[in-house]
Amino acid sequence: MSLLEVQGVSKQFGGLRAVHRVSFGLNQGEILGLIGPNGAGKTTLFHVVSGFLAPDEGRVTYAGEDLAGLRPHDVCARGMVRTFQVARPFLRLSVLENVVVGALERVSHRRQAVAIAEEVLALTGLADKASAPGHGLTLPDRKRLELARALATGPKLLLLDEVMAGLTPTETARLIELIRTVHARGVTVLLIEHVMKAVMSLSQRILVLSYGELIAAGRPEEIVRNPQVIEAYLGEDFGNGAEAEEPPGA
Amino acid sequence: MTLYLQAIVNGLLLGGVYSLMALGLSLIFGVMRVINFAHGDMMVWGMYLSFWLFTTLGVDPYLSILVTATAVFVLGAGVQRGLVTRILDAPHEMQILLMLGVALILENTALMAFGPDPRRVNTSYALSTFWLGPIVFDLPRTLTFGVALALALALYLFLQRTDLGRMIRAAADNRTGALLVGTDILKVFTLAFGIGAGCVGAAGSLMTPFLPFTPSTGLALTLASFNVVIIGGMGSLLGAFVGGLLVGVSESLGAVLLVPSLKEIVTFVLLVFILLFRPQGLLGGSR
Amino acid sequence: MMRRIGPGLLVGAILVVLPFWIPSNWQNLLISTFYYAYLGQAWNLLGGYAGQLSLGHAAFFGVGSYTAAVLAIHLGLSPWIGMFAGAVLAVLLSQGIGYLGFRFGLRGFYFILLTVAAAEICRLVALHLPILGGYTGLFIQFRPDPWRFQFKGKIPYYFVSLGFLAAASAIVWLVSRSKMGAYLVAIREDEDASEGLGVDTLRYKMLAYALSAALTALGGTFYAYYQFYLQPNTVLSLNHSVDIMIRPIVGGSGTILGPILGSFLLELMGEFSRTMFAASTAGLSVAMYGVLLVVVVLFLPRGVYPTLAGWMRRKSGAAR
Repeated sequence: MSLLEVQGVSKQFGGLRAVHRVSFGLNQGEILGLIGPNGAGKTTLFHVVSGFLAPDEGRVTYAGEDLAGLRPHDVCARGMVRTFQVARPFLRLSVLENVVVGALERVSHRRQAVAIAEEVLALTGLADKASAPGHGLTLPDRKRLELARALATGPKLLLLDEVMAGLTPTETARLIELIRTVHARGVTVLLIEHVMKAVMSLSQRILVLSYGELIAAGRPEEIVRNPQVIEAYLGEDFGNGAEAEEPPGA
Repeated sequence: MTLYLQAIVNGLLLGGVYSLMALGLSLIFGVMRVINFAHGDMMVWGMYLSFWLFTTLGVDPYLSILVTATAVFVLGAGVQRGLVTRILDAPHEMQILLMLGVALILENTALMAFGPDPRRVNTSYALSTFWLGPIVFDLPRTLTFGVALALALALYLFLQRTDLGRMIRAAADNRTGALLVGTDILKVFTLAFGIGAGCVGAAGSLMTPFLPFTPSTGLALTLASFNVVIIGGMGSLLGAFVGGLLVGVSESLGAVLLVPSLKEIVTFVLLVFILLFRPQGLLGGSR
Repeated sequence: MMRRIGPGLLVGAILVVLPFWIPSNWQNLLISTFYYAYLGQAWNLLGGYAGQLSLGHAAFFGVGSYTAAVLAIHLGLSPWIGMFAGAVLAVLLSQGIGYLGFRFGLRGFYFILLTVAAAEICRLVALHLPILGGYTGLFIQFRPDPWRFQFKGKIPYYFVSLGFLAAASAIVWLVSRSKMGAYLVAIREDEDASEGLGVDTLRYKMLAYALSAALTALGGTFYAYYQFYLQPNTVLSLNHSVDIMIRPIVGGSGTILGPILGSFLLELMGEFSRTMFAASTAGLSVAMYGVLLVVVVLFLPRGVYPTLAGWMRRKSGAAR
């Protein structure tokens, strides 16, 4: 069942075309990866899909509803939550308090929110840091907090923006497991990633964005062999007639 | 018709000083991203100094400009060195509160030193006027406008043509870049703040011949400077200049069209409009 | 439970008995302290918890005080009722300003400037409205009558101001423990991230503004019937807005004890400078407020109370 439909979305900033006529669909229960070189427009696309920016043209439909004119909190209320590329914890609040804010999306009373928050903290491995202030967290913990906050809202669709960036291989593996667990609970995931290992192992399908345009879509094995994709990442010399190679560590 | 023309002329003349005040504020903001809430109070100290020089030593305010500008320059540099440097990277709210504290200190030390009575410098030519066609020109205001214009031009030339000026502009454009090429950032900031303050000290001298003032005039002058800078464009020197003239004229027309004591309302309404629809100001670029 | 309520009850008992044992000028001092602490609590809701600094709260104060006074003078309406009319008007004003500011995305300095502009416009308008007394101001006849919010002697005022403070503190406490409180603090910390987590930032900022304005307006009525004279340049001035906000900032914005502590501190400082330097003190106490503000920003940015609480926590942690 189609959960998210993006149709012909474009977004321009002055003379810069950040996103140009991008269309794709996302089915419930999928994990969809979104990759592309830096500056390809991936985060901008997230901004548009989640309601932070209005598209210049095109439409975003979520669960059959056109999201035009809705503000981000409305989008979140409908079950779509995004994380930010640079983690933005509420610095002066404790880890628990951070997640409580997310949980309050689902319930009205603090006590219930705290219960949900504690459960999410246990799931994401942050339970022992519950009273630590946001500003004192290490990078991996900030990323997990970002994810925990989003999970606390009880999303149906999770938009993850480079949630693996800057993590060690061990931490990456742990986070991959966490995302798999979350997915197993019925959450649909759309993730932007540069860490190929994560994208390849998690995604059922992958979209490739370059200079704001969708240049490829398909299964991970297909994408890796796609000459246009290779060209986008590595330049022309590699694109034309390049030998298909297994990506390192796959 | 003549009435409006007269109002416009008067507004332009006054606007020159507003421009000078705003140039100082804009320079400080442009270079350090600091909002000088004590701007008007520094100006008032300049005014008191000018007044004191006039009443005890008989120095004409147009001549004592050099002294007041330098004195307030030192004050500004001192405030920057001692206080502002510590909060350059703090959230904006903290900076505003700091400068507000400085404003309170300046206003009330002036109150303690000089008392609450309005002061005014009564030069011999205070009431002189001359005519150009049907429009009457108030001599002190005209002189003020001329000097303000000259100072603004001097500031512009300084920033555009001298090495020091270029360093200041570079630091304003890109602090990290300036640091990388070895600029003594602290010196640049102190200089910029000092010059900004000096502008307003000079403006103070220029206003004394026709504006009675008390210690509490400071806050009103600060607000006026903010109005000009926001309307003209934050961080844009040309915007500050044009904004000053624009605010002067709108106030003057406001005094004619409404009641004189309501003239500031015109500026405030204009401010609100700009804040809502064009917050970068008329001539401001991106923040 | 007793450990937490105990000290509070003790302080409460002292406060209740105190006014009967102290001289009149001390009563004045305490009334002033409670009253400014009350205004600080009201400001704190918007400025401390929601993180939207307002330098224009004098506008709501003015709306409250003038409305109650005018309704009493012209319609004979008891200020106890009139003050709620004032509060309603203040709420409407806050929604107007808030809509302009929040809807157009004004934050930080720009929002501050908007609040200043709004208050200044109110002041200029008040100076020209005859029904408000214009430049001469509004004199309120002193006729001690509790129904008219006027009392003989200071002690009733003491308890009224204390009651106001207690009520405001309770309200702020309740809000801070509620969903609204959590959301306001989130907005303060990171507005965009909050939006992404489902917080309707516009709605909650407007709510905070409304509550803050209403409470401030009620405080204005107290002032009107304590000082018996309203003048736009006192009541609606930027200086007054600064007075309102400086106590919570110094004491600790975003905490309940902050405005109270800040108010005590500033009142003590003011009294100290008045008694030590009798003659030329017009201005000394406010100059010292300025110094205090500078000191707080440089060394105690979270305010006196949170910093003290942090020290004490660390000390007791180390002692264990």
